[in-house]
Amino acid sequence: MSAAERCRRFRRRILDISQRVPALHIGAAFSCMEIVDAIYHELMRRDAGGGSPDTFLMSKGHGCLAQYVNLEALGVLRSADLDAYCTPAGRLGVHPDYGNPGIEASTGSLGHGLPIAAGMAIANRGRGTDGLIYVVLSDGELQEGSTWEALMMASSLGLTNLVAFVDNNDFQSLGRTSATHPSFYPLVEKLQAFGWEAVHVDGHDSAAIVRAVRARSGAAPFVAVARTTKGKGVSFMESVPIWHYRSPSAAEYAQAIAELERSS
Amino acid sequence: MRNTFAETLYRSSRDRDDVYVVVADISPAGPMAAFSAERPQRFINVGVAEQCMIGIAAGLALKGCRPFCYTIATFALYRPFEMIRDDLCYQRLPVTVVGIGGGVVYSTLGGTHYAQEDVAVASAVPGMQILAPCDPAECADATRWCVAENAGPLYLRLGKAGEPTLTADAEPWAFGRIRYLARGTDVVIFTYGIIARLAVAVAERLRARGLSVSIVSVHTLKPLDRPGIVDALKRHAHAVVIEEHGPYGGLTPQVKALAWDAAARTRIDAFTLQDAFIHNYGSHDDLLAAHGLSADRIVEVVTGPAMAAGGS
Repeated sequence: MSAAERCRRFRRRILDISQRVPALHIGAAFSCMEIVDAIYHELMRRDAGGGSPDTFLMSKGHGCLAQYVNLEALGVLRSADLDAYCTPAGRLGVHPDYGNPGIEASTGSLGHGLPIAAGMAIANRGRGTDGLIYVVLSDGELQEGSTWEALMMASSLGLTNLVAFVDNNDFQSLGRTSATHPSFYPLVEKLQAFGWEAVHVDGHDSAAIVRAVRARSGAAPFVAVARTTKGKGVSFMESVPIWHYRSPSAAEYAQAIAELERSS
Repeated sequence: MRNTFAETLYRSSRDRDDVYVVVADISPAGPMAAFSAERPQRFINVGVAEQCMIGIAAGLALKGCRPFCYTIATFALYRPFEMIRDDLCYQRLPVTVVGIGGGVVYSTLGGTHYAQEDVAVASAVPGMQILAPCDPAECADATRWCVAENAGPLYLRLGKAGEPTLTADAEPWAFGRIRYLARGTDVVIFTYGIIARLAVAVAERLRARGLSVSIVSVHTLKPLDRPGIVDALKRHAHAVVIEEHGPYGGLTPQVKALAWDAAARTRIDAFTLQDAFIHNYGSHDDLLAAHGLSADRIVEVVTGPAMAAGGS
């Protein structure tokens, strides 16, 4: 199955879930869909048992529906788990909870994932294992000081087993980042100045995402600033902040599904 | 105490490859230098970046390691509080957060360096454990336990340096169990941390007045040895709490609650830091005395008439 087809099915699955529970972060999940899919389905190595020496962290925990649908497709999570999302019968909530299958760390509060990823990278290096740590950050959480603490530390320690993505949709809860925080940019240059190998990539071009990671030099921790569209794939959700939180009505759901079907 | 901690950590982790030390630009000299020289891959100085210190420790623990974070108590606990809550406690990771200078022992550095509510802050988080050894020997016991036994997040509240030995004649240390440094029949003094030396001084003066005094080190503040404390309350007509901590969220309210729940008829006199920041400077004793924590005042209150309910 092509990456485009996988991601189309993932978006549809999330829309289906949205009709059963009131609050979820569709916009944030659709924004990073191609990134998360590329990591799970192309970049992470798989052994015969379905396990991986590599680790995935969803630092932008509010986007973890994108992670859940990938874990479901890989057979790590059961469909029953996603069907019971955010209900007393289930175990999956809006943010990833360590202990659930495939969830390597609890996130949800922003600015925690990169320090944790750095610690995991140190542990892997100390053990002499070659497992990579993949971590997906929101652009908003690059406003957290703790993220920059970890950026400085990871490159200072030469953690070349760390691969990060910034889901740069330029939106946060209250609006467009480039309008509210113009000094947030430029990003790639900032990250390079902090000692990382940093590149731009189209965050909805699956092949480009994979190419960017495979082309990294390995001389420094690697970060791809992925230009994305919040709510990608559904016209009325794209770059509209309310879809950070909102769930679609029945009519909106039908329109969204129709748009996804047309795109196949 | 800090050198005892470092020496004990260095020695007890010698045969382990899973013990990491993550410091935030503060580190004990001597034995810790040996640790970092011999095991440079497992000694990480994150710089002045305490949130990163806790997050990195969490990542190490998620990959099966046993990290020790170390810096001044206020910076270890307050600055990265949410990382301690979410990364360490919510995920139940075996990380020891060492706070050096717990209480007001950095007595010339000012209120930014006085940890006078650290036990309350740490206690409030589900799953957090708290150890506060009273002397270097207890610190060594606690550190060995953290290296070998600890299975969850733990705040280790240490003093500074040069503390006297108080536990030479005490019963063996055990995690989660109160420890009698002396056994008597009239008065029991509950204390923890390095202010225990003041409890020992108070006990000596009370004995000189003919009282038989027990001294209890409540070195494990969470989980608290509730049966042990209730038993001590029931064995003594008069209890005294001496703690280097504000009046809320420390040992005092818990002892009083346990006495109420157990219907113990024990008179309880409690001596804590006040609910106020300290703008004084001087010796450790000077600061404690400024908040009424002196042997003179404690002996005067304890040997005086019982306070009216609600009095202070």
